[in-house]
Amino acid sequence: MTRLSLSCSVLLLLSSSAFAQANKAKAQNVPEIPYDSVPNFLKFPAGLYLGEAMGVATNSKGHIFVFTRSANTRLFEFDQNGKYVRELGEGSYGFEFAHSVRVDSSDNVWAVDEGTNMVIKFNPEGRIVMVLGHRPDAVAGLVAQSPPPNVPAEKYILGRPTDVSWDPQGNIFVSDGYINHRVVKYDKNGRFLKQVGSERPGSEPSQFNTPHGIAVDLQGNVYVSDRANHRMQVFDNNLERKAIYDNIGDSWTVCISPGPHQYLFTSNSNPNGNAPGSWDVSGEIYKMELDGTILGRFGHASKEFGGFQVVHMMDCRNPNEIIVAEIESWRVQKLLLKPQAAKAAGAK
Amino acid sequence: MRNNLQVLFAAAILSAMSAAAQTVAEIAFDSNPDFLKFPANIHLGEAAGVVTNSKGDIFVYTRTGHPTISIGTARPFAHGGSRLFQFDKTGKFVREIGQDSYAFQVAQQVRIDPQDNLWVVDQMSSMVMKFDPNGQIALLLGRKSESERLPTAQAPAGGPPGGAAPGRGAPANPAPAGPAAAGRGGRGGAPGAGTQADVFQRPTDVAWDAAGNIYVADGYGNSRVAKFDKSGKFLKSWGSRGTENGQFNIAHGIAIDAQGNVYVADTVNKRIQVFDGEGTFKTQIVNVGSPAALCITPGPRQFLYSSNSNPPEDIDTGGEIYKLDLTGKIVGKFGKAGKLPKEFGSVNAISCRTDNELFVGELGNWRVQKLTLH
Repeated sequence: MTRLSLSCSVLLLLSSSAFAQANKAKAQNVPEIPYDSVPNFLKFPAGLYLGEAMGVATNSKGHIFVFTRSANTRLFEFDQNGKYVRELGEGSYGFEFAHSVRVDSSDNVWAVDEGTNMVIKFNPEGRIVMVLGHRPDAVAGLVAQSPPPNVPAEKYILGRPTDVSWDPQGNIFVSDGYINHRVVKYDKNGRFLKQVGSERPGSEPSQFNTPHGIAVDLQGNVYVSDRANHRMQVFDNNLERKAIYDNIGDSWTVCISPGPHQYLFTSNSNPNGNAPGSWDVSGEIYKMELDGTILGRFGHASKEFGGFQVVHMMDCRNPNEIIVAEIESWRVQKLLLKPQAAKAAGAK
Repeated sequence: MRNNLQVLFAAAILSAMSAAAQTVAEIAFDSNPDFLKFPANIHLGEAAGVVTNSKGDIFVYTRTGHPTISIGTARPFAHGGSRLFQFDKTGKFVREIGQDSYAFQVAQQVRIDPQDNLWVVDQMSSMVMKFDPNGQIALLLGRKSESERLPTAQAPAGGPPGGAAPGRGAPANPAPAGPAAAGRGGRGGAPGAGTQADVFQRPTDVAWDAAGNIYVADGYGNSRVAKFDKSGKFLKSWGSRGTENGQFNIAHGIAIDAQGNVYVADTVNKRIQVFDGEGTFKTQIVNVGSPAALCITPGPRQFLYSSNSNPPEDIDTGGEIYKLDLTGKIVGKFGKAGKLPKEFGSVNAISCRTDNELFVGELGNWRVQKLTLH
């Protein structure tokens, strides 16, 4: 895809987002979990800047990967202390418009780019070892508008994919995305197995309207941020419907901690546009049990340090140390939660 | 848009089925998908072309980086999107060639002539570039379009979607008629007309006869073979879009044997057509799926490799490579579509300097595999 058509896509995205309404979560009287944001967390070399912080993830060593929209979309690695390590995928054909980065159980780094319609797997050494999807061929020239939705038979073509996750067997789950409205399951070798949803948006169970984030628990259950339907949908490993959590506002992104006791995090991010009143009803992150029980909430919409400005992704490898990437404010923050204090507060 | 490969491989499923119906020997083989060693800051995108020279050096022409349209200009100009890399025979990175070339846009193919000159075919700039062994440009065929056509915005009644800034996507030149992008290159008559001129419309491949005459498969747009003498003077062309003998529906690959016979991968027609050097039809080879990439080995007994490449939207059919003798008899086949080593993702190039040691470039898997056939 060309730069200009990408720019048009951006405009469409931003313009549609600008009209998005903040959705107040139905859940009420949720205990607030106190937290501190670590000052000066990521340390950038001179001359290196974040743009919109779209994706953040950690590997088993605690290294932090940040996928950002700057002049070019770029993927950076920092060590566990926030010191800059290196860039991955510099100049890659798959990098035009960052959306998500995740690290699998073998420390492979997966980048999801909604400009090239690609999911790109880097091995721990930073080399590309597998790709899913197909970048639209530049030889087609400029296109007047976003391409039409896929037909369901297009098993291997993605339409602005948003996120990726894996079950313990290594099967790959892709949320796809802004053009399609489906979740696709591939085996660990990238071969199509199944999908739920379709190329069209819908609000019935097992339909999606912008599936925007995805995470899989240790039992292989699949949790999907069904953003524009103001809910999270849960499926079993075969993508059969299990549950719907619709009391958490808009689920922009989802993260599941590694366990053995796994926690579920979802962000009711304040929508782009920051309409009057939107900060009062959105911007918080929920900590939940996998069964949907809400344990607490933290954070609020703000441009100031410690607040959130359109959280786009979370890392929760340590459920008490949440790293958040924010679209606006171009920022990555590390939050130290104090859940014991929340328990005390909730007991009052 | 994904249209061109879809068109290219539109019949892949059927052809894969018919190809599979034959009883064809399976050739055992191994793969090294990590033979090429890259600097940390260089990554392959779609591996469109791969070839070796007489020293065993390996050249890869890849769609990578950022294909870019300049905005805020009198007309939209397209730049970049492909790079050409050289590795030594051990797979060690040597250098990049043609950095920031005016015509490196959508890599299509790279070939080596008997004098170790490097020939690059670019599908978007519609140019064929000859680099001498030192990496300097020695001959150019075709000419890149000056600018890009702007598509006509289809604004719904009531204005642009979502109230986007007025003027964006403003009406400009009407979209080109005919198959999407088929007319890129912009000159030389209607797409598929087999124009008699030395400009190309999305060319795909290049080959030479013993006298050094140049044959260009041209390609997606023109559906013809264009012949030049070794100085680059246009001599003639043959073919147009169609299904008759001597017609093509995407002439996607070309190779020439020691006798000067010209083999053309006629992809959508699911055949390889064989001509003499003047374009007289001699025979056709079928039952090899939809041929996309061709290679003829150099030895005293020559073999032909042909890939039934899978389309990008489907890795569950086709993908195998056939080995044939020059009479068209199938010796065997190997591989299938997929993402693992020994599987293929839309093979676009085969390099076969030796009979049983091949390099394969894949669009779908962004890699080059070194294959050893047993």
